[in-house]
Amino acid sequence: MIKVALAGNPNCGKTTLFNGLTGSTAHVGNWPGVTVDKREGVYKKGSEEVNVVDLPGIYSLSPYTPEEIISRNFIIDEKPDCVINLVDATNLERNLYLTTQLLEMDVPVVVALNMMDVLEKNRDVININLLSKNLGVPVVPISALKEDNLKELMEVVIEQSKSKRAGSSILLNTSVGEVIKKVKTALDNDGLENSLFHAIKLVEDDSIEKGMHPKEYNIVREEKGSIKDPTFGNDFEAIIADSRYKYIQNHYSIALKKHKEETVDKKTGKKVIVNETISDKIDKVLTNRVFGLIIFVVILFFVFHFTFGEDLFYLNAMGAFNGVDYTMAAGTPWEGIIFSSGTGIQSPGVFLQTCLVGFTDWITELVGSGLDSAGAANWAQALVCDGLLAGVFSVLSFLPQILLLFLFFSILEDTGYMARVAFILDRIFRRFGVSGRAFMPMIMGFGCSVPAMTNTRTLATEKERIATVRVIPFFSCSAKLPILTACAGAIITLFGFSNADVITLGMYFTGIIVAIIAILIMRNTTLRGETPPFIMELPAYHWPKFSSLMLHVWDKCKHFIKKAFTIILISNIIIWFLQSFTPSWQYIEYADGEFLGEFTTNDSILANIGKIIQPLFTPLGFGSQLGSYGWVFAVGAITGLIAKENVIATFSMLGAALSASGAVDPSTLPAGIEAIEGAGDVGLMIAATGINVWGVISFIVFNMTTIPCFAAVATAKAELKKGTLKNTIFFWLITSYIAASAFYLIGTWWWCVFIYLAVAGIAIVTIHFVNKNIDKKTKVLNA
Amino acid sequence: MEKTLDTFKVGEKGIIVAVNGEGVIRRRLFDMGVTPGANVVLRKKAPLGDPIEVTIRNYELTLRKTEAKNVVLKIVEGGE
Repeated sequence: MIKVALAGNPNCGKTTLFNGLTGSTAHVGNWPGVTVDKREGVYKKGSEEVNVVDLPGIYSLSPYTPEEIISRNFIIDEKPDCVINLVDATNLERNLYLTTQLLEMDVPVVVALNMMDVLEKNRDVININLLSKNLGVPVVPISALKEDNLKELMEVVIEQSKSKRAGSSILLNTSVGEVIKKVKTALDNDGLENSLFHAIKLVEDDSIEKGMHPKEYNIVREEKGSIKDPTFGNDFEAIIADSRYKYIQNHYSIALKKHKEETVDKKTGKKVIVNETISDKIDKVLTNRVFGLIIFVVILFFVFHFTFGEDLFYLNAMGAFNGVDYTMAAGTPWEGIIFSSGTGIQSPGVFLQTCLVGFTDWITELVGSGLDSAGAANWAQALVCDGLLAGVFSVLSFLPQILLLFLFFSILEDTGYMARVAFILDRIFRRFGVSGRAFMPMIMGFGCSVPAMTNTRTLATEKERIATVRVIPFFSCSAKLPILTACAGAIITLFGFSNADVITLGMYFTGIIVAIIAILIMRNTTLRGETPPFIMELPAYHWPKFSSLMLHVWDKCKHFIKKAFTIILISNIIIWFLQSFTPSWQYIEYADGEFLGEFTTNDSILANIGKIIQPLFTPLGFGSQLGSYGWVFAVGAITGLIAKENVIATFSMLGAALSASGAVDPSTLPAGIEAIEGAGDVGLMIAATGINVWGVISFIVFNMTTIPCFAAVATAKAELKKGTLKNTIFFWLITSYIAASAFYLIGTWWWCVFIYLAVAGIAIVTIHFVNKNIDKKTKVLNA
Repeated sequence: MEKTLDTFKVGEKGIIVAVNGEGVIRRRLFDMGVTPGANVVLRKKAPLGDPIEVTIRNYELTLRKTEAKNVVLKIVEGGE
């Protein structure tokens, strides 16, 4: 089969073309650099089948970024039969810069001129024949988005694949031309393929080539003394980059005739060329110096409000229903589906969630009564309904909101706004050692870590990516919210705190602060490196394509459902077994809030495991000091590793177990605690164990900063390089341990603050001096 | 008159005379079309004054002031 590589600048429509050719569902986004790995697909609509490989978007074949190295290695090592160089016709000069480098390789090249539809709309014209003649390779005008002319393109590609082509360069007539020829002859004598390409890279001082051909590099070094360019002296890298652009301007850009609109300036009466595009006009508002930040915050607010808001138009908050008592579809699974006077009109996200939960509840009920009438054993019913369905459905219930959040962020990305957000925020983020691009994945973390971690693909360097993926869980996701509200509710009723919102908000901020500190520490120790440069293209705004958006969402949906029915399903079954059986495999019978046999959850395997690891949490305030029932917090933390929703769900089961076994009397709890969802269950835990308020807060902090849920860990594994996950999990454990213990110890014994400050001080000083030493050593090595 | 790109005001136009600096950043600037002879217009500054956005070779490029410091330009009066 013919093998063809697809190369081109980031954001020039490569992935769209790839999807158009192969019908694949690869990810497409309007952000430079969405494709990180190369992907493959088969083109079947032509006279022959063609294997198409989508290379990452690159601006050049320099050795500095992983994308560029992947691309050049692919063309050199895998020897494709032809390279399709996709060129954005609306941005000809910069796109052809890469073309001049691709032409230097010994491979047939076909230039596909993309975005011809946009060009026509701007009433610009490109002389295709002239461009093709000057480049020396076929040029085919296409529109990847509208799938215009793709068949013609592929026929030319198939034809070219049958031929051979020797590399050619525009540099041979410049001041470095002679050096290149000399090095090429030397490489040819060694029988090397792609000798022209290697020779030019050697002359450019390319670090990879220098290591591979030290002998030939000596020729370059000798020639450095004899060549003096009038502007650049013997700076070969500069001469070459400059020559490429000069050549493009003089030989290729002349093929483009720009349409100019003239109007008469009212003040001066002179003719003025109007060049302001719609994109410029939008940009004037969205990245305005005064309103840019405010607009961004407002957009973010609406995205989250539409996804998670229960009171869409704030009718309830404004007191519109005083005295009204109405709940839509009361008594059915779809209770309050659109509207209830208790909360108001629901946002699309909450509405969809209510629909899904209503549907899954209905299935659970149906299955339960089905099993009952079929005469299934008590434990089998419990396994299917409480173990299998309840677990999977509780995770699935977040699907609508995750998809909606993902859809909104996809729209922002596709329109080109995300790149502007990076532009607006870079100044703030640079201080912490990451670029403005890291902001989006972090803020997405407040919704769900899974899409947030996937979004880190847009980050420039590997170190920045690792650091960002690691701190994403600290931006408390929607599944952690129940832990917060339930614990905060219990604290205000039991410990006489006045305001639950202060605790909730305070915990959100704690997460952010921990994230900032963690990034600062990582960027100064294990992930040390320069702040990545921020030299980035701002793509023109355009309307997102509906089908491409739906592709994104469908992709995400498939991914999530697959996970819910594999990892999460299995882990739920395991947890159910652990809490339903004693170590001697006796089934703990439980129905309608009561234990039917002689055993309670306190005797389960899970409780026994909890008791073993309980001492580990002693410095955190919920360990050995809590006595014989203290294991409940340990167990809560463990089940939270599967899904954070499990924490409060576990407490509710354990609460029933503890009450039934007489460990705690629910009637001693203050009245009104039940009004807050989950607070009653946490209250029972507090009463049974005698934990202090800082222990509870430490428990929240621990859950917020420790290893995230199964789905997030699996995503982190997929997104990070092999072998990085182990350290990442270790990092999460250490961070949560330090953060939670700090809250407990300092809260309980205020003077502990001095110990923490002293340790932090020593750490800062040590890191500073160690880094200084390393810098000195590298300086010596470089010199 | 010559000055570096980081000192430009919004709307100012110039032609690149030299690109200083070294290593990755310099090469990256070259690859993005920031080479001597190119026309540059400073389009805007981010809300916090940094980074900046320029039009070069018919597209929008954003870079930080620390990076822009390496780019020396000759000011073009009046513009088109």
